[in-house]
Amino acid sequence: MSTFRIGTGAGFSSDRLEPAVDLVERGELDAIVFECLGERTVAFGHRDRMADPKRGYNSLLERRMRALLPACRKAGTTMITNMGAANPRAAAERTLAIARELGLKGLKVACIEGDDVSALVPPDQPFMDEPGTLADIDMPIVGMNAYLGADAIMPALDAGADVIIGGRLADPSLFLAPIAHRFGWDATDMARMGAGTLVGHLLECGMQVTGGYFADPGVKDVANLAQCGYPIAEVQSDGSAVITKLAGTGGCVSTQTVKEQLLYEVHDPAHYLTPDVTADFSRVEIAAAGDNRVKVSNASGTTRPATLKVTVGFDGGFQGEAGVSYAGPAAQERGQLAADIVRERMSRLHGNKSELRVDLIGVSSLFATAGVRATEAQDVRLHVALRSRAKEDAELMLWEVESLLCCGPAGGGGYRGAIAPCVMTKSVLIPRERVKPTMTMVVA
Amino acid sequence: MNSPRRNARRIVRDIAHARAGDKGNTSNVNVWAYEPKDFELLKRTLTAERIKRTFPHLIRGQVTRYELPHLCGLNFVMQDALEGGVNASLNLDSHGKSFSYLLLGLELDEQDADRS
Repeated sequence: MSTFRIGTGAGFSSDRLEPAVDLVERGELDAIVFECLGERTVAFGHRDRMADPKRGYNSLLERRMRALLPACRKAGTTMITNMGAANPRAAAERTLAIARELGLKGLKVACIEGDDVSALVPPDQPFMDEPGTLADIDMPIVGMNAYLGADAIMPALDAGADVIIGGRLADPSLFLAPIAHRFGWDATDMARMGAGTLVGHLLECGMQVTGGYFADPGVKDVANLAQCGYPIAEVQSDGSAVITKLAGTGGCVSTQTVKEQLLYEVHDPAHYLTPDVTADFSRVEIAAAGDNRVKVSNASGTTRPATLKVTVGFDGGFQGEAGVSYAGPAAQERGQLAADIVRERMSRLHGNKSELRVDLIGVSSLFATAGVRATEAQDVRLHVALRSRAKEDAELMLWEVESLLCCGPAGGGGYRGAIAPCVMTKSVLIPRERVKPTMTMVVA
Repeated sequence: MNSPRRNARRIVRDIAHARAGDKGNTSNVNVWAYEPKDFELLKRTLTAERIKRTFPHLIRGQVTRYELPHLCGLNFVMQDALEGGVNASLNLDSHGKSFSYLLLGLELDEQDADRS
């Protein structure tokens, strides 16, 4: 009772499954969180839902629930997730059907809605962090979701839910809610809200605190990264916690992995805004506490923001990507010639007005705009990207790149091309009192 | 490229580690000195002004540096630095995940006293 054990089973929409099963089976967890939603994924969810009203939730939900519902029931672990994405109701119904199919009689599945605020935001709402308003964007809006906090999750915990499924539940709130619920923290105790938010922040990206997104051979070596384990937090009633992972799993938990995650996607460390608190991470203490164990303490916080952030998704049309490779002597010169040919033909022959980008992978791509170039590469790849409302523009670009095989520089090979639908997102704010989360419970 | 680095200038990666993240069109990179003795050198090397000046085409907005001295850490917030952000940029790395290595690749601003 004195320690609350919470873990992560997914830190993004496509995260690994089998380490989550291992964690539930051996972790003796009170709760496990599957954080599966980003700015892009919620917008893609809306597109899926428009195509089919029964879809719009995480595409791995079915596989995750089949593997984890029985394990969670056996271990007595509560599952909390935002895998509902743009359609929490359909996600909860699918989960209920799977639970019944697996014979998990009596399993309580809670569905949290109310994050869809598309009827509540005015069409000329100003952007949160840049000049302009929604009315300035010449693309159809596909969805608007407000970030809901721990208070939206509490009614489901009060009602004894085994599985809690929502849409745009804020990442750290998925963790803060069960911690605060267990210890009976008051939502106005901002020091504890800040402390629980730190635990959530450190765990919400899964393996990014246990050795993932960290290894740099020679300076930051990580053992057995292929078998990396998901994180566990052992939380005390004062809000301090030990971050660790299961024995026998790969990866590492060190003061270095915890530091890097402490400020991941954080701007001012003393003012990290969530729906629950203005968290203060500026005086956090991080200390080694044994093998793959790190203690974190001294997070704090002040009053929660009066507004909630809303992600607005737009239908951005299509993005085409295509490439051809060149290797050996003068590969860079041949690649550059190919790039010049594509630019000339797209502009002169086709009068292209869509946004076009041409990179030479191996010489200058990720750091092209930063002005950093490699000079000695002899294995380079022309990479062309184009975005347009019209799919035909992307198809034309792919055709031009493929035609380089016979019509371009010597020795070009390995053409690949693909076109994918595109979404665009912007952020606006909404007064929190206008957003009304709801909870419904169904029992298998 | 394989020549010994004995006489080469040291880079930030030799004394620090870093991680990049994104929110909208804003990138942040946190940087941590491995050893407390190198924190002053890290602070002298990575100033907001130098980063803004070194990548003028990439970073269109303001660069702000936050300090966590008790953890030997710096956090750089770079506005309008992601070519539109994850859903708008045609850069292969539209999140700017690689930006940590943009900073780790910069040469250290070393004085003789730093070479122990």
